[in-house]
Amino acid sequence: MPIEYYIFLCLMLFSIGVIGVLTRRNAIIVFMCIELMLNAVNLLLVAFSKMNYGAAKLISATTTAGIDAQIFVFFIMVVAAAEVSIGLAIIVMMYRNTHSIDINFLNRLKN
Amino acid sequence: MNILEILFFALSAFAIISAIMVLISKNPIHSVLWLILVFFSISGHYILLNAQFLAIVNIIVYAGAIMVLFLFVIMLMNVKKDKEPQKQLWVKLIGVIAGGSFLTLLIALVKQNTSFQGRDVLLKEGNIGLIHPLGVALFTDYVVPFEISSVLFLSAMVGAVIIGKK
Repeated sequence: MPIEYYIFLCLMLFSIGVIGVLTRRNAIIVFMCIELMLNAVNLLLVAFSKMNYGAAKLISATTTAGIDAQIFVFFIMVVAAAEVSIGLAIIVMMYRNTHSIDINFLNRLKN
Repeated sequence: MNILEILFFALSAFAIISAIMVLISKNPIHSVLWLILVFFSISGHYILLNAQFLAIVNIIVYAGAIMVLFLFVIMLMNVKKDKEPQKQLWVKLIGVIAGGSFLTLLIALVKQNTSFQGRDVLLKEGNIGLIHPLGVALFTDYVVPFEISSVLFLSAMVGAVIIGKK
């Protein structure tokens, strides 16, 4: 499978996430679109790791090239889980103060 | 067209359609369910790439834990569907145009780049995605970041409790 197919797929998923962040006002949907972007990047990292592994395997059969990328994906998932817990706590706190999950209420952070 | 390509294109189409449905669903609960389908299709891609550990972790952590947290928060808030604020139409249109031009720009850049041409991804072969090599690497080379991530989780837990208590 050519690497370009994977790049195009991940770019499309990432752009859908970007469009969601730009067009929706519900804070939870915006947050879910950020998760979508993180997952697109994870998939691209795994595809690149297998590309490098395939190239290195031709030289030596017992290579471990590309394993770093998969560890990296694992750490991205760890950080995303911590981020989601904090972010949802902030959204719940915002809802309790304003009775709305409209992100335009966060305008008041400006002044 | 062999079976791997059919699986690749089917999973890709499924992922993209579900991702679009996340955006255009009016009900947030439907959005969460569509996002779970996106995560399942991405897990299918991981299995296709023989990254079995990441496929299982993706299902357990994302589709299992994080999405249940989202569902729990949405149901806790009980947001009315008709009360949900909408952006004006021209703001939405500008957002779609901006995202579309971002996508076009990146696709043009990738197509121009010669270092990606003729490179292949190794499907369904290779053992670097299995649990044994990943575990060996995680507990030898990456043991310090692994322990630091446990501290990160502890601080995230304390932070979430403190934010939620007020």
